[in-house]
Amino acid sequence: MAIIEEPLALTSGEQHAERPLGVLTRPQANGSWKDWVSTVDHKKIGIMYGVAAMFFFLLGGLEALLIRTQLAFPESGFLSADVYNQIFTMHGVTMIFLFVMPSAAAFANYLIPLQIGARDVAFPRLNALSFWVWLSGAIFLNTSWIVGGGGADCGWFCYSPNSGITFSPTNGVDFYVIGLLITGIASLVSAVNLAVTCLNMRAPGMSLFRMPVLTWMLLVTQFLLAFALPVITVALLLLLFDRQFDSQFFDPEAGADPLLWQHLFWIFGHPEVYIIILPSFGIISEVIPAFSRKPIFGYSFMVFSGIAIGFMGWGVWAHHMFVSGIGPISVFAFSMATMFIAVPTGVKILNWLATMWGGKLNFSTAMLFAVGTVTMFTIGGLSGVTHSLAPADTQQTDTYYIVAHFHYVIFGGGVLGLFAGVYFWWPKVFGHLLDERRGKIHFWTMLIGFNLTFGPMHVLGLQGMSRRINTYSSGFGFEFWNLVATIGSYILGASVLFFLWNVYKSKKEAPNLPAPGPDPWDARSLEWSIPSPTPEHNFDEIPVVESQDDWWFRKYNIEDDGSVVRISSAEDAAQKGDAVGVHLPSPSFWPLVLAIGLPLIGYGVIFNLWLCVVGGLLTGGAIYAWVLEPVDDPDADGHGHDDHHDGDDPDGELATVGAAGDHTEGEG
Amino acid sequence: MATATAPATDTHHDAHDPHATNTGISNNKLAMWLFLSTECLLFGALISTYLIYKTRGNGEVLPTDLFDIPFTSVSSFVLLMSSLTMVLALSAFGRNDLDRGKAWLLVTAMLGAVFMGGQAYEFTAFYEEGLGYTTNPAASAFYTLTGFHGAHVSIGIIMLMSLWVAANQGKLTGKNSETVEIVGLYWHFVDLVWIFIFTVIYLIPPE
Repeated sequence: MAIIEEPLALTSGEQHAERPLGVLTRPQANGSWKDWVSTVDHKKIGIMYGVAAMFFFLLGGLEALLIRTQLAFPESGFLSADVYNQIFTMHGVTMIFLFVMPSAAAFANYLIPLQIGARDVAFPRLNALSFWVWLSGAIFLNTSWIVGGGGADCGWFCYSPNSGITFSPTNGVDFYVIGLLITGIASLVSAVNLAVTCLNMRAPGMSLFRMPVLTWMLLVTQFLLAFALPVITVALLLLLFDRQFDSQFFDPEAGADPLLWQHLFWIFGHPEVYIIILPSFGIISEVIPAFSRKPIFGYSFMVFSGIAIGFMGWGVWAHHMFVSGIGPISVFAFSMATMFIAVPTGVKILNWLATMWGGKLNFSTAMLFAVGTVTMFTIGGLSGVTHSLAPADTQQTDTYYIVAHFHYVIFGGGVLGLFAGVYFWWPKVFGHLLDERRGKIHFWTMLIGFNLTFGPMHVLGLQGMSRRINTYSSGFGFEFWNLVATIGSYILGASVLFFLWNVYKSKKEAPNLPAPGPDPWDARSLEWSIPSPTPEHNFDEIPVVESQDDWWFRKYNIEDDGSVVRISSAEDAAQKGDAVGVHLPSPSFWPLVLAIGLPLIGYGVIFNLWLCVVGGLLTGGAIYAWVLEPVDDPDADGHGHDDHHDGDDPDGELATVGAAGDHTEGEG
Repeated sequence: MATATAPATDTHHDAHDPHATNTGISNNKLAMWLFLSTECLLFGALISTYLIYKTRGNGEVLPTDLFDIPFTSVSSFVLLMSSLTMVLALSAFGRNDLDRGKAWLLVTAMLGAVFMGGQAYEFTAFYEEGLGYTTNPAASAFYTLTGFHGAHVSIGIIMLMSLWVAANQGKLTGKNSETVEIVGLYWHFVDLVWIFIFTVIYLIPPE
């Protein structure tokens, strides 16, 4: 059943011929493009997630600039109302589902196994499946521009009855629904996979409460995904059935209640906010201690407040619906819950400050982004608390004040944190640093552009400017701040391009600079105990963990008088990455084949049911081929000097992926 | 705190149980448990939708007008018994009694198929009495909920038959009885959901 003629050469310990950058450069001298489409390596999958997410960031950013260009001046005719509706809808959908979530998935894929001392995730092939299914859904969603008669035009939360055939007659909403269903399958598979990885594959001694805060936050995120996605799946399916099969879920004339959509959507949608923000919280919880030269303040408080956010995030969804007439008792209860959820969030902010307090601060680019995250998120959090007051929220609903708030949370809190992670882990992933001087220029232009864009929206919103309206009349005092916001958005766009230039330039300059070594930031968690870039097999030997921040304690000792003494250089303490014969799972094409089947089913539902048959056969066939394909290619001889017995996985980590197909069958 | 890594030779040959995990539950089984927990939310949302919509319509016929409790009780009993035969199948595979294991797998799948036949009959009968999928919100919600459950049972039957074929080909033996157990988890879950649906949807009368 093995269809791979030339297995990915997994011979560990080979010299890396070059420093890889991006999807198409390969870390193995004898690799080919097939390595990437058939890979099950969590690192390659993480990089592919990151690159694809960056592409959609540019696309969503372009859409944002179109919106701001339209709004720069009153009564502008740059975009028609119809096109404007499509652009702002696709901007939101793209940024949330195709940029921030896969960016978090990139970090989760790359870092969870490294931080817990594992050789890969629990189900490497399912991991590849998650990526390809996500990518196929993302491409499917955007093909609506070409074959669907335009993008969805109902806003990212697509309230009924605006989302029905009557008010949205093109296929845009169908593409939105099916695209999000497909990416939802990807996220669900990935959530199960990564949660099992965290729970089951930790190195000896790596108890749950020794896991780095990032891994903890990602674990909470996976549980949020696992429980939130089924709810949006149901909502999307009901909408799809309404549009395609004339069911009566959201038609008020037939006796249905459009409020059902709002409840289902926000039961997913509010946990989604934490799905977006918690990975970023985790990232800066790694960055701030490293550049403050102190351990994270109140580790268990950090972890438990993350878990508390995970739980309480389920009890606040109706604060998105204060004006929908849900009744005073519901409004009161959700107001209170919304105020309470600020408490664990506040705990985290104070803990980051306490980590920095008295530390030897080093404001590297990553640290700047992390501190920027804390401050910008605090602003967004404060405006969020104003929404918990239902009377005030009634004034603010559907105004630019809301737009300002959630951009401070999602961009200020989420995206700045992701960039902190990019600068922090870049040397680990690609083996060279991003230039710090250019990085700082990137940070400051991004911070200024961000605040110029979204700060004025607070004012505009409180002045009463409605969101999701394609233009505004002059004479209401909206002109000045709109122009400022538009100028800010162009600065923001320029800062992103500058970041890409920094990536390009830093790569070009890297050969002339000293290699960063395994641990350029003198950091604390296990991924810094292995060479940069990470070897194919991650760890030569699975580390035995003896404490929190185990890697730091291999470099430093705390004397009886409390002074810190260096006992080893990072280079000496780090693993050499030269192990041979490490057994790794074989690549597979089936995840990709399965992923190609799903959008075909999607096109079939919209255009011609015969396509569903083709897609279904492809998907079903791929599932069976997958299940029958041995985890380890018996014909493979690329495992180097394999000195263990056949089928006897040395670390017991990769042996149990056999029946993995069973789980996808439930979804297929 | 010197190098606290286990020596390389040991990790290779200290062949502790290759399936050892931190929780003691195998990856596959834990993944199935997590997947089933997400399914709770899926059915939770569908059941809530039906409960909100069960009397919604403009005077057309409602599902609650048509329920045939004795008939559905019988088909529910059939589905419940399939959980028993599933347990017997697993127990037989655990004892490496492959013939009995295969037989019980087949019986389980057939009981599931009988249940599906009952659902097909029920849908047809309801349709002939004027309750189409698009008749009113109550009908849409009813067919969607029970249809989703039926789809889950059907996928379960496919998995059971796949196991049966694998066992016939000698690929499934007592050694990998955990695969049977994992499919069994799914099967029991689908049964459990039906108990919930039958109680909440069929047995509790409309106000």
